[in-house]
Amino acid sequence: MELIFARSRPGRRAYNLPKLDVPAQDCLPDALRRAKPVALPEVTELDAARHFTNLSRLNFGVDSHFYPLGSCTMKYNPKAHEAIARMPGFTTPHPRLLEIPEGSDALQGSLEVLYREERFLSELFGFAETTLQPMAGANGEFTGVMLIAAWCKKHGQTQRNVMLIPDSAHGTNPASAAQAGFICREIKSDAGGNLDLQDLKAKLGPEVAGLMLTCPNTVGMFNHDVKAICDLVHQAGGLCYCDGANANAIVGRVRPGDLGFDVMHVNVHKTFSTPHGGGGPGAGPVCVQEILQPFLPKPRIVQKTDGTFALESNCPDSIGQIAPFLGSFAVLLRSCAYMLTLGREGMRRVSENAVLNANYLRVKLAPFFDQQITRDCMHECVFSATRSKDNGVHALDIAKALIDRGFHPPTIYFPLIIPEALMIEPTETESKETLDAFIAAMQEIASLAASDPQALLQAPISTPVRRLDETGAARHPDLASLGD
Amino acid sequence: MPYIANTDSDRAEMFAAIGCRDFAEMWQRAQVTEPVPTLEALPQGMSEPELLQLFQKLSQQNHSGLLSFLGGGYYDHLIPAALDAIISRSEFYTAYTPYQPEASQGTLQTIYEYQSAICRLTGMQVANASLYDGGSAVFEAALLSKRVTRRSQIIISAAVSPTFRAMLRTYSACQDLAIREIPVAPDRLCDDLEALEQAITSDTAAVILQYPNFFGCIPDFAAVTAKAKSLRALSIAVCYPTALALLQPPGELNFDLAVGEAQPLGLSLACGGPYLGFMAVKAEYMRKMPGRIAGRTTDLDGKTAYVLTLQAREQHIRRENAMSNICSNQNLCALTALVYLTLLGKQGFQDIAQQCASKTAFLRQCLAAIPEIKVLGEGNFFNELTLELPGPAGKFVQQALQKGCAPGLPLGLYYPGREKQLLVAVTEKRTRAEITTLANILKEAAWN
Repeated sequence: MELIFARSRPGRRAYNLPKLDVPAQDCLPDALRRAKPVALPEVTELDAARHFTNLSRLNFGVDSHFYPLGSCTMKYNPKAHEAIARMPGFTTPHPRLLEIPEGSDALQGSLEVLYREERFLSELFGFAETTLQPMAGANGEFTGVMLIAAWCKKHGQTQRNVMLIPDSAHGTNPASAAQAGFICREIKSDAGGNLDLQDLKAKLGPEVAGLMLTCPNTVGMFNHDVKAICDLVHQAGGLCYCDGANANAIVGRVRPGDLGFDVMHVNVHKTFSTPHGGGGPGAGPVCVQEILQPFLPKPRIVQKTDGTFALESNCPDSIGQIAPFLGSFAVLLRSCAYMLTLGREGMRRVSENAVLNANYLRVKLAPFFDQQITRDCMHECVFSATRSKDNGVHALDIAKALIDRGFHPPTIYFPLIIPEALMIEPTETESKETLDAFIAAMQEIASLAASDPQALLQAPISTPVRRLDETGAARHPDLASLGD
Repeated sequence: MPYIANTDSDRAEMFAAIGCRDFAEMWQRAQVTEPVPTLEALPQGMSEPELLQLFQKLSQQNHSGLLSFLGGGYYDHLIPAALDAIISRSEFYTAYTPYQPEASQGTLQTIYEYQSAICRLTGMQVANASLYDGGSAVFEAALLSKRVTRRSQIIISAAVSPTFRAMLRTYSACQDLAIREIPVAPDRLCDDLEALEQAITSDTAAVILQYPNFFGCIPDFAAVTAKAKSLRALSIAVCYPTALALLQPPGELNFDLAVGEAQPLGLSLACGGPYLGFMAVKAEYMRKMPGRIAGRTTDLDGKTAYVLTLQAREQHIRRENAMSNICSNQNLCALTALVYLTLLGKQGFQDIAQQCASKTAFLRQCLAAIPEIKVLGEGNFFNELTLELPGPAGKFVQQALQKGCAPGLPLGLYYPGREKQLLVAVTEKRTRAEITTLANILKEAAWN
């Protein structure tokens, strides 16, 4: 489709401003005035509505397609929560009210939502306290490892500058640890995503601040030795970080805090159903045990004896401010609504059905695709597209063929430790009929890979565009239309 | 159960398929042997009407009807009704990062259009697909300057938002970055241009300046950016995007990078987020930028298409050596900003900014008639004024809140020595009558 800028015609307007009710004048310095207006499009409201509506139709989304993107938990996003996020009492307040003395009196509703959410998350995952400030999963990881750094410093352990990270970890783990000043040291995993305990023991030492572990692990397996791993790290004087990217597998069923983790981040856009928004905004709350509580980002939300809520900024050991205010409020609001809808029982139903759906896919797809690990999985199952490799059909080709069959592909080529990985996460919100249709499509693709590989290598053919020249895009970057 | 499709009979069939009797056996086989937690602090589930009623009540416990003159980097602007309708297309908001470009051309093209709009606004050549917010964007800009210059000293004016500076300090705590803040004397609004110029040395990675600055003043930074250039340090502009409708963009003012908070571009204030950090740079820094970037390319048939590109900078490829740990962008917020700029358009965006400026000038006139109130500064303002009150600004704000008016920010909260100063923001949404009301509240205030 042509760019919105190309639809522009001089003189068209989409929005009428109220008439200026004061004299037209200003106090701008002439020398710093812009010579020409910003080259924005001139379109009608219909032009804009049609342009963006038609663009939206080029997307696959959860509402339109099964979207089993592994490790991303693409579950349904309830509409009532969208309505709640649009209530004027929540959308209009200015966040700087929170900074004004007694200004938080005007935001009691929002503070109560956040306070409740902190309690819920602490209880669900087995921790003492939660901060809601981190604005995304990776931002939560960064916050979590900063808390570990602050703990080391407070306890005179500044020599602890190494963070242990499994080779199966998401790329954000080492990137976040590096941003918090740690040297990353890789721990080997076996094909089941289990940590190599010998390697872990060999790499623990007085310079190790902690270990970042995804639980369940990044191949969708629950490690029964997590407790033992946490013990080993603690014995060596380090702390254990739980990457909660896969929390949908255990929510309401296993509490990482009970397993020995000291700190954990949660992706509310995964486990708690807030919309992914095409890549954000999300939120990445961080739960901690008591030992890390003094270092949490400030201000903290506190409940006063009269039941009202206030902010406490007198937190001398706090790592400081992570978000401009209290975090992505409207995102957290949706997740709070989700928790209240499901309640205590409902949360466990989520993990039960997410794990059931994934195991159903695992068993049904096993005859057609290779598996490195054959034991029961948690909320996602991982296959290898190795059987069809000799025919030239790779994980990428299977992904593209799925698009032609009306399914968003699973995550491919992650985790890195699995060759030709296809990581499928169905979530609990999908029905058995949808899973069966997906299984049928995968079966058909597997048989085509053997009989007519060429048919798959052309895929997708039903989409608005075919496979892209990605090399060209990086070699000759065209990143913006700059106008005249 | 809400949002779970499996019926008892579905479950029976599925258990049979995987060879399990029930959930208990399923967990056991997945090696989950922990006792089931009781979760006593969690309530029982709720029906939709109960839920809506609860949140309606909670939302009403916020005082959302305040007559607000609060700003400080986050502003209450008009939002066209069409905006929410357009971004509520679920094909946009229920999708994820466009890893599969053939199934995500809608998201990818809108990112490209957003990047284009940000470049046009800032006068830069390259923009990324967005960052979390203005504060994290300032930090990412500082890191970028360190990568480019291999130096570690950051000079930042104290007239840059205190929120952004606080976040920069938090984020840089474990980085090899030496941050030096150049203060502004409590009786001045303009940055200390001479001190900024002097502070830049051959160890400086970047100088960070904001316009309009936190006090609402628009300084001429030409000498500072020229000094930075002469010592090969980068100049980073922190901008209020709405003001750029009228002001010369950073790309034409010798700045190398432009960052800032794009909440004013159609995002609700929403008690603090989600917001939108933008970043735009000169072409030479393209490969040093953090975050997602969309590019235009072609498909197998030569048809124009869009794709995430320059991914060799990112964490999923480079791991601990990535430019940033950021994984995704604030995509729906970036789309919001793009649709906002589209709906307002070339003329409307300029008109909005002009109305802000005119109404601020009108407020200044009204205040001239109140002898107790002094408007500080020499006169270069966009939509925020710093007032010197006869008494403590914090106390005045509390009084005004009782009357349903949030008259501005007491600057003493952020800057010691400015206890009598009040920062007042006026947007196009404030009417002549409302501005007059504020003037009257100031006039009638009890200062003792």
